[in-house]
Amino acid sequence: MKNTGTIALRELTSYTTSPMAYVVGAVFLALTGIFFGYSSATYSSTSVSGYLGPGSLVLLLLGAMLTMRLIAEERKMGTLELLLTAPVRDSEVIIGKFLGSLGLLTALIALTLYYPLLLSIFGDPDWGPISAGYLGLFLLGCAALSIGLFASTLTSNQIVAAVVSGGILFALWFVGQAASFLPKDLGNTVAYFSLSKYYPDFTSGMIDTRGVVYYLSVTVLFLFLGIRSLENSRWN
Amino acid sequence: MIKVENVTKYYGKRLAVDNISFSVKKGEIVGFVGPNGAGKTTTMRMLTGFLAPNDGEVEIAGHDMLRHSLEARRYVGYLPESIPLYTDITVRSYLEFAARLRGLEPARVKDRIDAVVSLCHLEEYVDSIIGKLSKGFRQRVGVAQAIIHEPQVLILDEPTIGIDPLQVAMTRQLIRDLGKDRTILFSTHILTEVSTVCERVIVMHQGKIVAQDRIEKLATILQGGRRLRIEISGPAEQVASRLRKVDGVTQVSTKGSRHVVECSGAQDPRAAIMQAMVESGWTVLSLEALAMSLEDVFLKLIARQEAKQ
Repeated sequence: MKNTGTIALRELTSYTTSPMAYVVGAVFLALTGIFFGYSSATYSSTSVSGYLGPGSLVLLLLGAMLTMRLIAEERKMGTLELLLTAPVRDSEVIIGKFLGSLGLLTALIALTLYYPLLLSIFGDPDWGPISAGYLGLFLLGCAALSIGLFASTLTSNQIVAAVVSGGILFALWFVGQAASFLPKDLGNTVAYFSLSKYYPDFTSGMIDTRGVVYYLSVTVLFLFLGIRSLENSRWN
Repeated sequence: MIKVENVTKYYGKRLAVDNISFSVKKGEIVGFVGPNGAGKTTTMRMLTGFLAPNDGEVEIAGHDMLRHSLEARRYVGYLPESIPLYTDITVRSYLEFAARLRGLEPARVKDRIDAVVSLCHLEEYVDSIIGKLSKGFRQRVGVAQAIIHEPQVLILDEPTIGIDPLQVAMTRQLIRDLGKDRTILFSTHILTEVSTVCERVIVMHQGKIVAQDRIEKLATILQGGRRLRIEISGPAEQVASRLRKVDGVTQVSTKGSRHVVECSGAQDPRAAIMQAMVESGWTVLSLEALAMSLEDVFLKLIARQEAKQ
């Protein structure tokens, strides 16, 4: 537990020293800002689904970008030898890295809270759906980060890691749409695995337990795969 | 402190380490030598738990590296061949991270950082960003990281590679000092380093251990006889042919008035040589026994290994 905290903290501070996090964060805020401005002006509503909806795709990119270096860079720089020879469990390394990136993502998501704050100045937004939407964004973020982290354990090349995690993320996102071309039962089953299936419920203000369980399961599954993949590198 | 038994490691299909066994006792400094690609780094990575062996057992301070890995890793300080530094932070925050990772109690972290910083002469650079340090200083930070938790076993992979001679001397001194109360295994391909720093040497070649013994012993075993350098005033060719006739002499090579004489077996032919020269009316100006240099030992070991195959 202590080790997990040490690694998470180290990861979080290293984000603050690299331009990468600032650039990615700025792009995320700019894009969600555009979505917010557009949807508020167009529909004159105090709903957040206007920017949380399209923001999800930006979040997927963000997940891939923030996690691509987590293990790949350590492998390339040789610092993985420090981590893997210290009396620290592989699971502590992975979970520490995950929590570090989650810390940054949470901070970035928190920065977008000024959109609903603006809404509350000029209108009377309903905070219930807003909380549900943000919960959805956070859960989707957890899943995206764990998938990106898993991809980062596979290679020492950050670009490869980003492409692999982007590939998995977008495949899982769009598999729901593709499912409509499949026979009905198979299509429904496949759709259950889609990252996009439960997301609209959250942004329209509904907290579906199945959605919460789904995103948490994906997160745990890919963290587990990440741990196994890291362990596996000792045997090659 | 270190016990390696029948350890084998494959990289894919390539055999990197081939069924090696050795042990290092508490307080010993052992040099690990061999040409590049001999399997030294792979072996060290298995000793530190970075890699798992395909077969065999590694034990550190009585703890099995595979089954009780965390416990075993606690005893080890490790400087890998490529120094594991985060270039975006200061020396102090790096050492702090390493100390916490190594499980040092928070209360002791500051004192230990001060201690290793002064031991590795890093005082002036402790608040510099690691990325801005020269290779020599980075290497010192690497050593500092390896000893921050006062490990009983130190594993240093090529600790003197790529740094200037002054720092090499300093690092060697540091290894000697550290070795007073620790077990150290360090690899190098600079052979003189082994003779100045360590007591015992393990020679690896093509994944196998070709020899392990005290340095002087290795040399005499391999030599299988003596080698003398004699300077004699007299007609060189006649002197050489007379030398060849002395009992026990197997080979004479001549350069000017100097002759290098190889002798076989255990007998000491020096007295016989002196007498022969005196009888012929030539004067022996000097006579010395040549010790085999470590390079010679090394090359001979490898040649012997290859001849066996």
